[in-house]
Amino acid sequence: MRKILINAAAAIGLSVVTASGAMAAGGVKVPSESWTWDGLFGYYDKAQLQRGFQIYNEVCASCHSLKLVAYRNLMEIGLTEDQVKAIAAEKEVEDGPDDEGEMFFRPALPSDRFVPPFPNENAARAANGGALPPDLSLITKARMGGPNYIYHLLLGYHEEPPAGFELGATQYYNEYFPGHAIGMPPQLMEGLVDYADGTEASEEQLARDITAFLNWAAEPELEARKSLGIKVMLFLLVLTAMLYALKRKIWANVDH
Amino acid sequence: MSELNTNNRALKWLEARLPIVSFVDHSLGTKYPAPKNLSYWWNFGSLAGIVLVIMILTGLFLAMNYTAHVDYAFNSVERIMRDVNYGWLIRYIHMNGASMFFIVVYIHIFRGLYYGSYKPPREVLWWLGLVILLLMMATAFMGYVLPWGQMSFWGATVITNLFSAFPVVGDYIVTLLWGGFSVDNPTLNRFFALHFLLPFVIVGVVILHIWALHQAKSNNPLGIDMKGPNDAIPFHPYYTIKDLYGLGVFMLFFMYFVFYAPNYMGHPDNYIPANPMVTPPHIVPEWYFLPFYAILRAVPDKLGGVLLMFAAILVLAALPWLDTSKVRSAAFRPIYKWFFWLFAVDAVVLGYIGAMPAEEPYVTIGQIATAYYFLHWIVLLPLIGWFEKPRPLPESISAAVRKGTPVNAGATEKV
Repeated sequence: MRKILINAAAAIGLSVVTASGAMAAGGVKVPSESWTWDGLFGYYDKAQLQRGFQIYNEVCASCHSLKLVAYRNLMEIGLTEDQVKAIAAEKEVEDGPDDEGEMFFRPALPSDRFVPPFPNENAARAANGGALPPDLSLITKARMGGPNYIYHLLLGYHEEPPAGFELGATQYYNEYFPGHAIGMPPQLMEGLVDYADGTEASEEQLARDITAFLNWAAEPELEARKSLGIKVMLFLLVLTAMLYALKRKIWANVDH
Repeated sequence: MSELNTNNRALKWLEARLPIVSFVDHSLGTKYPAPKNLSYWWNFGSLAGIVLVIMILTGLFLAMNYTAHVDYAFNSVERIMRDVNYGWLIRYIHMNGASMFFIVVYIHIFRGLYYGSYKPPREVLWWLGLVILLLMMATAFMGYVLPWGQMSFWGATVITNLFSAFPVVGDYIVTLLWGGFSVDNPTLNRFFALHFLLPFVIVGVVILHIWALHQAKSNNPLGIDMKGPNDAIPFHPYYTIKDLYGLGVFMLFFMYFVFYAPNYMGHPDNYIPANPMVTPPHIVPEWYFLPFYAILRAVPDKLGGVLLMFAAILVLAALPWLDTSKVRSAAFRPIYKWFFWLFAVDAVVLGYIGAMPAEEPYVTIGQIATAYYFLHWIVLLPLIGWFEKPRPLPESISAAVRKGTPVNAGATEKV
């Protein structure tokens, strides 16, 4: 029994180390925020994910693709099928060939993946001063510090770089970006979007909501994972306790 | 293996035609005698076997959904994560299972080092274990390439390039590994094929490993042989239940990572699709390779580093002769015991250095730790055996456990 507790404590201890010791690649320490999806009982706040989607759709989507997410997935954050159909239909995708052998454009369907803003990498670079806006599907898993990094990056712009720091013509100074010279201009400002649910769109609120949405985009399985995890851990705990009792019983008469 | 104590007619019928029932009974059942004093450190062998089975099963279902092509591999893994029913669970078990396999096997190896399990008559058993370790390393390395993320690609590039250090045949070997002139689609294809094959080779060597174990029987915390029926208990039910209890504890640890920290032991860069045009700032292997990576980088010369890295494992094959002490268990070796722990610290230091960038003070620390790694095996181990005065061994296992002699820190659990 003691062994179980020690192991469990060690495992939890390890995960605390991850949460607090996350460093961005440039070596800048990213402060930890608290998120609804943290911990054993973590979950997503659907209203927050919808606000985050609104920001992505109205702001980020003009440069950043989200290729691994399908429009149908938006039903998981609480949008209705009709809403999803309408959102998809705003974008066009190339399909075909038709009966005449011609390619044609049609409105996107819920089964389509998010339509990227640029047809290819070169087009994306050409429109962004040579910088490539990364795909955001996995962004919170693909950066040291995860969602904390994304949140602080969005808020981490300085008006002026420190004295002596040289920036390129299309670069901005960001405290948390590795190397500090980032190609993306600061995006968040108060009232950037008109939240459908009336939430006040402060910079911090915007940063939290878009980070939540992106975390969902990267880990859509998180809620299912954590709720199944609780059941599995409880089952194993009971099973292991019973096996331990059985072990003691079987070994009771052995000198060892 | 003829006698079979059962009244079950179906089993008797089968036994008369294929004596598999008594075979299992002799291998893992009531007819296999095990020392009665095995501590929980002896759980890790069966745990390793179970992890191997878990890896093969999850790997099979992943392979059904995976596409080994540079254009599709990354997205096919993400499709498993997002669209395949419980695909995320299967992949996270497989991904963390690799780390668990190494945790379990490293503990298993260190247990062998502490209790002298490599000494006669268990040399071949020890060698087969080293073969399994090498096969595991090759399998894990190739498996890590399959998701075709940035670390997959650049890890594959760095490690395969090592072989170019060998004179004359080096470039030929590298071209053969790549299936071309750089890490590309043919590389991914052959790595996938080999990653599927090698686990079954491991199964084969594991069978030999268990065969050799059954010939010599298990070592034990006292390191003395079983001398009679008083020293032994049947494997079943005593060790089957003890292993099952250990499995429960281990699964709690394993599943905690699967469900609550699935990416803790991975690297974020592997969630970026492979890009041959962009080199990540720090290319680091998975944690279980870090000590060997540190040894590789400790030598300024490429060929020297590669040879030293391979030597780090091959030197273990010579342990039965490098260790000059007749006494197996460190419980009776007052000096070796300290050097064992010093070596364990050295291995952890090497692992830490392997994760750090190649700059001072890490380079110097890495070189000192590497030197100590080999010093321990080649110089200290033979010398300790000569100069150390071991404590007196108990006359038998049953005599020792009857008196309640404390055996060592790992076996203090009294039931």
